[in-house]
Amino acid sequence: MSDHQYSEDHEWINIDGDVGTIGISNFAQEQLGDVVFVDLPQVGAEVSKGDEIAVVESVKAASEIYAPVSGEVVAVNDVLNDAPETVNADAENTGWFFKIKLADEGELDGLMDAEAYAAFAKG
Amino acid sequence: MRYLPLGDADRSAMMAQIGISSVDDLFEGVPRSARLTKPLDLPPGQGELSVERAIGRLAGKNRPMGSCPSFIGGGAYRHHVPASVDHLIQRSEFLTAYTPYQPEISQGTLQVLFEFQTQVALITGMDVANASMYDGATACSEAVLMATRVTRRKHVVLSSNLHPHYRDCVLTTSQFLDLEIDVVEPLPEIDKQTACVVVQNPDVFGRLRDLTALSEACHEVGALLVVAVPEVVSLGAVKSPGEMGADIVVCEGQGIGNGLNYGGPYLGLFATRDKYVRQMPGRLCGESVDADGKRGYVLTLSAREQHIRREKATSNICTNSGLCALAFSIHLSLLGEDGLKGLAMLNHQTAIKLADKLAAVPGVEVLEKTFFNEFTVKLSGNATEIVEALLARDVMGGVPAVRLFPERPDLANHLIVAATETNTDEDIDAFAEALGEVLS
Amino acid sequence: MNRQGRQTRPHQDATGQAGKSTFTGHQGLDHEEDLIFELGRDGQCGVDLPALEDTPDRLGGLLRDSEIGLPGLSEPEVVRHYVRISRNNYAIDAGIYPLGSCTMKHNPRLNEKMARLPGLADIHPLQPTSTVQGALELIDTLAHWLKVITGMPAVAMSPAAGAHGELCGLMTIRAALEARGEKRSRVLVPESAHGTNPATANFCGYKIQSIPANASGRVDLAALKAAIDDDVAAIMLTNPNTCGLFEDEVIEVAEAVHGVGGYFYCDGANLNALVGKVRVGDLGVDAMHINLHKTFSTPHGGGGPGAGPVVLSDALKAYAPVPWVVSGDDGFDLQEDATGDAEASIGRMKSFHGQMGMFVRALTYMMSFGCDGLPRIAEDAVLSANYVLARLKDHMSPSFEGYCMHEALFDEHFLDGTGVTTLDFAKAMIDEGFHPMTIYFPLVVHGAMLIEPTESESKASLDEFIEAMIDLTKSAKEGDTTRFTEAPLLAFRKRLDETRAARSPVLRWRPEVETAEAAE
Repeated sequence: MSDHQYSEDHEWINIDGDVGTIGISNFAQEQLGDVVFVDLPQVGAEVSKGDEIAVVESVKAASEIYAPVSGEVVAVNDVLNDAPETVNADAENTGWFFKIKLADEGELDGLMDAEAYAAFAKG
Repeated sequence: MRYLPLGDADRSAMMAQIGISSVDDLFEGVPRSARLTKPLDLPPGQGELSVERAIGRLAGKNRPMGSCPSFIGGGAYRHHVPASVDHLIQRSEFLTAYTPYQPEISQGTLQVLFEFQTQVALITGMDVANASMYDGATACSEAVLMATRVTRRKHVVLSSNLHPHYRDCVLTTSQFLDLEIDVVEPLPEIDKQTACVVVQNPDVFGRLRDLTALSEACHEVGALLVVAVPEVVSLGAVKSPGEMGADIVVCEGQGIGNGLNYGGPYLGLFATRDKYVRQMPGRLCGESVDADGKRGYVLTLSAREQHIRREKATSNICTNSGLCALAFSIHLSLLGEDGLKGLAMLNHQTAIKLADKLAAVPGVEVLEKTFFNEFTVKLSGNATEIVEALLARDVMGGVPAVRLFPERPDLANHLIVAATETNTDEDIDAFAEALGEVLS
Repeated sequence: MNRQGRQTRPHQDATGQAGKSTFTGHQGLDHEEDLIFELGRDGQCGVDLPALEDTPDRLGGLLRDSEIGLPGLSEPEVVRHYVRISRNNYAIDAGIYPLGSCTMKHNPRLNEKMARLPGLADIHPLQPTSTVQGALELIDTLAHWLKVITGMPAVAMSPAAGAHGELCGLMTIRAALEARGEKRSRVLVPESAHGTNPATANFCGYKIQSIPANASGRVDLAALKAAIDDDVAAIMLTNPNTCGLFEDEVIEVAEAVHGVGGYFYCDGANLNALVGKVRVGDLGVDAMHINLHKTFSTPHGGGGPGAGPVVLSDALKAYAPVPWVVSGDDGFDLQEDATGDAEASIGRMKSFHGQMGMFVRALTYMMSFGCDGLPRIAEDAVLSANYVLARLKDHMSPSFEGYCMHEALFDEHFLDGTGVTTLDFAKAMIDEGFHPMTIYFPLVVHGAMLIEPTESESKASLDEFIEAMIDLTKSAKEGDTTRFTEAPLLAFRKRLDETRAARSPVLRWRPEVETAEAAE
């Protein structure tokens, strides 16, 4: 978890080569309550930073997930189709949503590290 | 005033507690210019007896359908509702309950909705249904919007044999959205730009059609088939849209459990396939368990709805047609499998008798060989004038087609007639005789 | 990130307090009742129909010969089924229903009697208009009452419910702008707005811009003025707002939006606070829907039906949806399509002419009150809400200072440190015999509790409610958390697992599936 980078939308991205794995933060899953459904993008979709790319639903809320970076969706976490509760149990690891092949590494500049995000979430 | 429990002493005590001397102190924030300083220009309040007289006088100026032989359909149908239904829906716990947002104390309403959703899915031949919409026409426009969401396409094809009210609701609701809507018959070639094709069965003129080939053609290009059924009783005799491959079915449920009421409140039924359930508008009731493990019901999948999703909701609908759904459900519970099929066949046989009797009247041509309980006749004169003349002979003869299609003068002599189980042989004879006189 | 709302983790604990278990599962007069599909038997029927004849069908080969799957029951079984399950419902007839924003007032049975007169119930919408002059006159009379009450020149009668009325109003606004050749893209909506407002704006093709509230809970006029430009089609404002407060700068709001050629849509859900006391037309409103099932006592029926006629200004009336009830020398008639005088109409919004059954009920109610009685509704409604506020404000935490209108808004701060949430508090109210108030709405405060007693409660009923709320508050502060976290313990069901219902939706009965298994 320590090398995750975080956005102000409470999403994390973990970079491995030119592919970023993306999910929502533990703080976010707590706020949402029990996740009941995740509407994931199609593999192969091209997205720009800031596009609405997924929706995570709980019983009481629905939140849009915005692409923190631009690129192509190369994988989605099918586990969430049958077990959306994985997001609550392990948001920052096995509860990942999708992977994007980055179009522009420079877009990572605005993101926060774990410590900065922890402070941000408290505020 | 009989509906206001507070007395003057109560009000004084309450004002003392609040620390004001007049109720008007609580309206301080209202701009003076908008405050009413004298009574509204309306009559003063009346006791029950007076109000009954006034409303009764208005009711007395109308001619109930039951007062003479009547054969009017056109999207609303006069069926007999068993006496138990109206008594049960007036139970306080059903009539005066709110939407079941606190499920622990709303299991009455919720169990009704669960049963209702099941009944609607069964009669339409579909997987899942919602907890009702305003009426068949608005359900139809919601179906079109849902199809555009599911397919992410903009082109919509409406059959011109769809009831004009349904067609117009679709056109009105979509006028500010980026959609292309065609109203045509015969149906054109559809392609990968088509979101859905909307047809009615039986159609507005009463004709029946096998939709299986159409559903296959739609699915081949990834379009959805939406089927509208304004006469819900027909589902007791006619192959269901689900069996014929429909993707969304919308019905007017008024014909079961609910009276004519001059056009409202009615009951929109909406059913679809499991795979589309998250795109479905309207409330949904689902099964669950409570903390003791007992089976119970809750409103669910609320993330689709306006109170959670706000501008991204599948619809803006909040209120549904709950009490009408209850009436429908009770009536259908009384009918059951045998009763619904029997009632539907009785309607069909009555319509056959009517068709044969009318066909024997000179100047009357029954246009279709297949129908459920409604069909169109072509008369040797202007249908609107003929209906007026029939009225003078105490027969309400049907709907002149131009009332529904004023832009089609070629239909000036066409009359759409419906027969239900409430029409007797004497009614049919009276109609045929009166029509014979008028046309001669 | 939408982080407001309630906790949903299902409850694990079940104490023995629910009462002893019985062989039948029934508990005294509380009966466990299966689904009709589980009770039914083949060949049973609750209706006696005449025998069919041998006539061959003319269905063109489309006879439905497969099994539908509907259960068969006799009439006594059906009646018992619905009577039993009805008893598991709370209702306004049974007790105070303090749901903010819903106006759960008494539903007079005279309304029901009038709606069932054959001359009103047994008339078909497509009968020749000469045979339904009384019905058309009734609609026209109700329209007149609504116009006089609101001080507006016109009204669209056909929308079927409040949200439908909102759609109607916004569509007339868009039509009016397009008729001027203008294309605007935004609608301003206060952040406290009911969810139907932004949903509706979206369906009209508008983008929503949210305007924050100021410290006193009203829409921030400065923020509004900063957001207003000639791309704004309308503002949608609820007045009194969803916090139960009168928007005292409403006239300035109206002027600001009119100043750029935009329109003022008013959500009339809270009209109960104003009827007979305030003329909405004098506030600069261009369109306002009226919930007949709120302000004018038509029954909620477990979720509907309602009716949402929309009063309209002169600028918008030409765009009203058809049909229009028109009157002339020959009596009343219906303008059913968008031609002639109705050429600019936005079109038809539902089948036939409107929620006639609700019109009868509402007019019956309004005539019972009359010009002298209508203002008393608003006075007693506002007085009752302020009485509740005055007595509870030192125990609970009101969200705003000063008087409220017809509903009082509290938030969860008074529960800080107790381990009890707004949801828990609400569930504990059930054990005390009350339906909870509206919770977690509006979203602008944390753990909102919106209490609307209405004018239909006696002082004794209000006092009983207030004293129970005070007792609950004391109990929470004294640390008696289980009274709350496990509530309700005395209702027909304990807390239901909403997470399970949403993760694995079971939305209908199916013959091959066993009933839900007990929770682990």
